[in-house]
Amino acid sequence: MSKAQSAWNGVSFDGYCRVEEQSLVGMITVRGDLASKKLAKAVKDATGAKMPGQGEILSSDKGRAAWMSPDELLLIVDHAEAPGIIDAMAAALADEHALVVNVSDARAVFHVKGKAAREVVAKLSPADVSVMAPGMLRRTRIAQVPAAFHMVDEETAELVCFRSVGQYAYDLLKDAALPGGEVWV
Amino acid sequence: MSTRLANGGRLIDRSKVKNFTFNGKKMKGFEGDTLASALLGEGQTLVGRSFKYHRPRGIIASGAEEPNALVNMGEGGRFEPNQRVTTTELFDGLTAGSQNHWPSLEFDVGVVNNYVARWLPAGFYYKTFMFPRAGWKHVFEPIVRQSAGLGKAPDAETFDADRYEHYYHHTDILVIGGGVAGLAAALAAAKSGKKVMLIEQTNHWGGRAPVDGGTIDGKSPTEWVDAAVAELDAMDNVTLRTRTMGAGVYDHGYVTGYERVADHTPGDGRPRHRLWRIRAGKIVTATGAIERPLSFAGNDIPGVMLAGAVRDYIVNWGVSAGDRVVVVTNNDDAYRTALAVKAAGLDVPAIIDARPNGGGALADAAREAGIRVENGKAIGMVKGGKSVTGVTLCAQQGEGGTLEEIKCDAVAMSGGWSPVVHLWSHCGGKLNWDEANAMFRPDASRPPLGAKGEGFVIPAGSADGEFDLGAVLENAVKAGLAAAGEGKMAAPKGEAEAEAPMTPVWIMPQGAGPKKRMKMWLDYQNDVKVSDVQLAAREGYESVEHTKRYTTLGMATDQGKISNINGLAVLSDALGQPIPSTGTTTFRPPYTPISMGSIAGEARAEIFQPIRRTPMHEWHEEAGAYMEPVGHWRRPYCYPKQGESHEDAVYREVLNTRENLGLLDASTLGKLIVRGPDAGKFMDMMYTNMMSNLAVGKCRYGLMCSENGFLSDDGVVARIDEDTWLCHTTSGGADRIHGWMEEWLQTEWWDWKVYVANVTEQLAQVAVVGPNARKVLEKLNAGVEGGMDLSAEALPFMQWRDGKIGEFDARAYRISFSGELSYEIAVPASQGRAFWDALIEAGEEFGVMPYGTECLHIMRAEKGFIMIGDETDGTVIPQDLGLNWAISKKKEDFLGKRAQLRSHMTDPERWKLVGLETLDGSVLPDGAYAQGEGVNENGQKVVIGRVTSTYYSPTLKKGIAMGLIKHGPDRMGEVISFPTVDGTNTVIKARICDPVFYDKDGEKQNV
Repeated sequence: MSKAQSAWNGVSFDGYCRVEEQSLVGMITVRGDLASKKLAKAVKDATGAKMPGQGEILSSDKGRAAWMSPDELLLIVDHAEAPGIIDAMAAALADEHALVVNVSDARAVFHVKGKAAREVVAKLSPADVSVMAPGMLRRTRIAQVPAAFHMVDEETAELVCFRSVGQYAYDLLKDAALPGGEVWV
Repeated sequence: MSTRLANGGRLIDRSKVKNFTFNGKKMKGFEGDTLASALLGEGQTLVGRSFKYHRPRGIIASGAEEPNALVNMGEGGRFEPNQRVTTTELFDGLTAGSQNHWPSLEFDVGVVNNYVARWLPAGFYYKTFMFPRAGWKHVFEPIVRQSAGLGKAPDAETFDADRYEHYYHHTDILVIGGGVAGLAAALAAAKSGKKVMLIEQTNHWGGRAPVDGGTIDGKSPTEWVDAAVAELDAMDNVTLRTRTMGAGVYDHGYVTGYERVADHTPGDGRPRHRLWRIRAGKIVTATGAIERPLSFAGNDIPGVMLAGAVRDYIVNWGVSAGDRVVVVTNNDDAYRTALAVKAAGLDVPAIIDARPNGGGALADAAREAGIRVENGKAIGMVKGGKSVTGVTLCAQQGEGGTLEEIKCDAVAMSGGWSPVVHLWSHCGGKLNWDEANAMFRPDASRPPLGAKGEGFVIPAGSADGEFDLGAVLENAVKAGLAAAGEGKMAAPKGEAEAEAPMTPVWIMPQGAGPKKRMKMWLDYQNDVKVSDVQLAAREGYESVEHTKRYTTLGMATDQGKISNINGLAVLSDALGQPIPSTGTTTFRPPYTPISMGSIAGEARAEIFQPIRRTPMHEWHEEAGAYMEPVGHWRRPYCYPKQGESHEDAVYREVLNTRENLGLLDASTLGKLIVRGPDAGKFMDMMYTNMMSNLAVGKCRYGLMCSENGFLSDDGVVARIDEDTWLCHTTSGGADRIHGWMEEWLQTEWWDWKVYVANVTEQLAQVAVVGPNARKVLEKLNAGVEGGMDLSAEALPFMQWRDGKIGEFDARAYRISFSGELSYEIAVPASQGRAFWDALIEAGEEFGVMPYGTECLHIMRAEKGFIMIGDETDGTVIPQDLGLNWAISKKKEDFLGKRAQLRSHMTDPERWKLVGLETLDGSVLPDGAYAQGEGVNENGQKVVIGRVTSTYYSPTLKKGIAMGLIKHGPDRMGEVISFPTVDGTNTVIKARICDPVFYDKDGEKQNV
């Protein structure tokens, strides 16, 4: 749909790291038995990725699958394709106890780019950023709001928060990335 | 008088002059100076006035322990009171002013307190409370307020010009203190390869060792320190940080580190302070030791300083305390000061050593340097007013009879050293009394304990009670290895002069009479003297904690760093008990005061608090909406037009919605998906009414209660499919109810197959309300293929359908909180703004106007609908509100059912909801109480109810209200009284009526 908007229209800021809002991403919350083979297959069909283990985010060309809790996954796919994927998953899991729900629009997504990407996150999140290798995802908070983040690569952190606090999250990240705030741990 | 020496000063760069002002007077210092060394270098020995007696005060110490030299720092947006000059790095343009004096530092009227000191004894404040009663309010409080106090409060309207931030850091080992012990411990720990962080509160490494001398591995301490820092710096697993103070140690290895990033470079764009929030596996406290003063008469006169500080100023900054420095001591270390003074080319008229047999090798060295040494002697009193002019010599064992007067302009005193055990103690580390050194030191067998019962703090070096350089380094290496839990390392070999034992001296001379004891300061900042502590003991204060509060000993901003041990030794002596029986007061974080800004971190201005915004938020702001907070959301309260009052805007919105078409941004409503084979059973437990039998495609209003039966939330539930329900919650209640559901599912009904997801933010929701509601939606559908049928037949009241409205993916609910024809349309949040824009555009011909929360409130009150938070307050049950129809009698159980059967809940005396209409059509005040007959057992007028919602109804052109009234539903038509509290003494009369004021039969919404 052409009139669809991400929370903050792709704003960006250049500090000692670059902060930018990402365009709309498809996101699907899945709750179910993560040991189920049917679920694993549905996840694979939806994202191309394997069932992630605790704290993992696994990627393929098609999408990504992230572990959120012992019975919850977050699937990241193309925004426009999310409704179709949800219908397919719901059908595949019809005889299992599972919940598949579209949360694409409930989220805002930001990238922090630069050598100090981890450092900018560490000003706001109590998570240990130094151990975060690409492929790991942490559910945590930034300042006063819940957030999840992972390292896309060594110099790119991707943060996900709720859409309604997107402006707050963006302002936080900008503040943390202000020149002069370098910590260089 | 203090002055800058021609040579020396290892920390200063004399080629870089820094200009500053003190009380408006222009002064100069050098790069590397502290404000303290610069002031002393300029001869400014008088820096402030004391708290109670306004006595002249000078700099006494050289570090964080300084009690006296606090200043008002900076100007405007960078003004801050109570800044310690000894820990303030000098920078160009620094402005400082002394505190607690009037009218000037040199001439202070308040000093009369000094002469009435006998009426300001220990517990003065408490005594003024006692008698006479009026005395405190009219006499004592105004006097105390005028004369007491430290710095100025910052101007209330001026905002802090700086920014602050936090930084979360995780490390295996945190070493606090960058002296030789901290460096040695960090080196020992870092060899294990584990992650090590070393923090130091000053801007230079090495602590006291470069001043105190000796050799480490054959090198000078400075050379060794430089090499150690270089080695640590080169290790990838080590993080070094200067200007960062270990402020507090908390459970689970949590430590706060206070980094003063830009205090010395204000306005350079960097954050002023950074609060490090560190998680450490093990913590090594290499925090050093603090020197104690000696208690002799006049020990607070400017020019009397700690011996170690006198030495620091000479060696570090090339500043002398005076030309003739008398040294008074009970230990060998102070002899180093005498030697340093002498080496700087200045005079030491005498070393007064309280020990009968005097000192060891250092004393010999002093005598060899030609210094007169007096053993077994004491200072009888210090001569001088605003500065020292001399001391009287007497026998330590006597009462202070003057043997001789010695002229001098400074006194360097040392009563021994106390390990800095603060950080060890913050989380429960215990202390032992060490008789030999007269000090408390950490008891290694009783450390603060972590989650597994293991000690997580390890003291090192002087902080562990070691003072010999060799022993310090051995102890530190041991601590570093213990923190790493592995490895071996030979300690660097430290060599320094052997020291003779010290002798505890708590009062000088030991037989001093009352007159002298009244001039012996213990706590310089709070003006507590030996006589005060002794008086407290005489008045029956035995506990050190009580004595502390009664005398205010150790309660000032320095938290008694130099006074605590002396104070409790005097107390112990007065009580006739050993010092360990008296014990210490509790050490609490932070070690020294940290800025409020650092605690707040980034949370200020627009990021003070998260504000939640709906997809249409920007539109509301552009439309000039007046916003109100609802939880963290901001919702339009009304949309005033140019020149329109909020009140008029609200009435216009109500009338327009009832007559034409209104739009409400309802996106903030909570939306929870409940799904699973057991979801029906679960829904029946969560709601008071039956939800399992709701047909797919239909909606039902539901109530949720706490397990104690009280009404907690309400909203419309929709059955989505066989296994799925969608629950609407109140705007503020979404997260709370989501958590509530999860708690029951995770803790009580963990075997039920139910999943809950909060999709509140996935959906933008718009209430399309009014007689033209259907028309505008059908207009959007016109000309678009496959728009959903919104007719009364296809989508009847209290049902929902999925489909397209115009080009939007919509779920339409036929529900009404206003009493009008109403659709609530949910679309994906990403389409929300476009959908709203489309409705506004299409609605123009139908008289569309957005409406805010106040309009919503009035319309629901006209219809007699309750609002959570207005009609409920946590003590109201659904039965009070006449909602019995929404409480299932068929269900075996639901949350709150049992509680609602309790006798008090079924009591017919409970206040119940009714409508209220004033006889004169006026609006009842919100929250007004209804007055009954007579008085209660307390003699108060009987209250029989209260107003819960009250509005002017623009539809009915009169005031309408709801209230909880005793026997209310049985008293229809009766008139009751609501006394006002606005001072007019009027009573408003209102008639009890049905709470539904508008369209009781619901014909308008059901078309």
